[in-house]
Amino acid sequence: MKKLICMILTLAMALSLTACGGTETASVSTDGSTSMQKVINALGEAFMEDTGANFTYNATGSGTGIKAVKDGTCDIGLSSRYLKDSEKAEGLKETILAIDGIAIIVHTDNSVADLTLQQISAIFKGEIPNWSEVGGKDGEIVCIGREESSGTRDGFESITDTEDACVYRQELTSNGAVLTAVAENPNAIGYVSLSSVKDTVNAISVSGVAPSEATIKDGSYAVQRPFVLVTKEGVALSETAQAFFDFATSPAANEIIRAAGVVPVN
Amino acid sequence: MKSNKVFERAVHGIFLILGLVTVACVLLITVYLVISGIPAILEIGLLDFLFGMIWDPAASNPQYGILPFILSSIYGTVGSLVIGVPVGFFTAVYLSKKASPKVKEWMGAAVSLLAGIPSVVYGLVGMMVLVPGIREVFHLPDGASLLAAMIVLAIMILPSIIKVSITALDAVPKEYEDASLALGATPEETWFRVSVPAAKSGIATAVVLGVGRAIGEAMAVMMVSGNVANMPKLFESVRFLTTAVSSGMGYADGLYREALFSIALVLFLFIMLINATLNFFLKGEKK
Repeated sequence: MKKLICMILTLAMALSLTACGGTETASVSTDGSTSMQKVINALGEAFMEDTGANFTYNATGSGTGIKAVKDGTCDIGLSSRYLKDSEKAEGLKETILAIDGIAIIVHTDNSVADLTLQQISAIFKGEIPNWSEVGGKDGEIVCIGREESSGTRDGFESITDTEDACVYRQELTSNGAVLTAVAENPNAIGYVSLSSVKDTVNAISVSGVAPSEATIKDGSYAVQRPFVLVTKEGVALSETAQAFFDFATSPAANEIIRAAGVVPVN
Repeated sequence: MKSNKVFERAVHGIFLILGLVTVACVLLITVYLVISGIPAILEIGLLDFLFGMIWDPAASNPQYGILPFILSSIYGTVGSLVIGVPVGFFTAVYLSKKASPKVKEWMGAAVSLLAGIPSVVYGLVGMMVLVPGIREVFHLPDGASLLAAMIVLAIMILPSIIKVSITALDAVPKEYEDASLALGATPEETWFRVSVPAAKSGIATAVVLGVGRAIGEAMAVMMVSGNVANMPKLFESVRFLTTAVSSGMGYADGLYREALFSIALVLFLFIMLINATLNFFLKGEKK
């Protein structure tokens, strides 16, 4: 009995391992950032329709995606941050697919409509504890963020230079949860992917620049991060994977990328 | 005759296999948790892991102390019992002894329905109603707190407490109660002096089930407790053992990921310990 279970488990594990590597059929596998789910799935669907090839996406997180490329368990890795120098030194190559803006959101009753990057940084570090100090009504600022391993949090904290220093009142595990929490609390401030902002909250402008496609693309909106395709330097992709790569980085994909709420760069 | 025996043997074998599957699952999970949970504990150090007060695995100088989670889980569970057990217990006594059959039927159905609501719905309602409510009532900057988690858990454990207690109370032999009434005790005295003590072990089982549900719940807690790794305070944002695992698992890697397995191992041992202790006391009382 035990042997049988062991066998079944081993078989299942072996299958799941090979599932990501399937390059011999006409397929392309991607692995990585959950923030890129919407855009990469839209691209994948369009690609499948055009070519009939198989497209898979594993939503695991930037770190895991980068590792998967390095280990060769997928064709293209997805990262929502620039590669570190150490990762580039390991022979990985980054190609920027699009730019995602991170919107700073507050409750709709909040009169504060503009903050500088320094103010945002100080607010999240707990150095500015009250809205009255930044021109709002009297009320203790409630910072709402994402869990430690979130790509959005990583992006936000590296841009605002608040790594390991944020004093959060809530650490939620999705953009939607942050939206709900901020919409429920008049003293809350939070951050979410620009593409997921709804009108239940106000997205404030940063140093006078409102978040929008134009301001993100020209770089004037400060709170932004790249969506990166990660490949191995000097190692040729499979024919299908190369076709997908070319398609995703071609101007033809811009409409799809834009529809997914992020800003295309190519 | 012979074919009958063969048939019996076959059925016996099938049931044995089904039973063994359950045992194998338990063994598999236990072994897997121990194997994957031990390395991180060894690397971090058992004392630093269990009694460290700071959890910051993503920092440049990561720290893996889970005391805040352990205490939050204990406080949250105890708090939910303090709120949930009296309510559930008295509801059960009322429904079993006092309520008219019609009321009992309707309320019973409502309680069953409560048991069938998915935990994410509890969490959502808690997030939209309870958290803002706590903020308003106690004049806090934010309502996501240990208290919110306690209240949600209290409501979630109500069905198991009520249902199991009712079954136990209904099973008390009518002669006991008749004898008590015949001796001149009022109905209320009879319920609390005769029926409840007679149903004691069943009610205790109900509480154990409640503890199990409360300490193991992740989704609803995650949505209302704020999920920050603070040392537990009633009106502060806290993170439970369960939510620590589930909120990190999506992205974590390396030692961080291994540490999450270690947390799961601690949670597992915790639940085993609680069950064993309670079982010991319950069995002890029966003798």
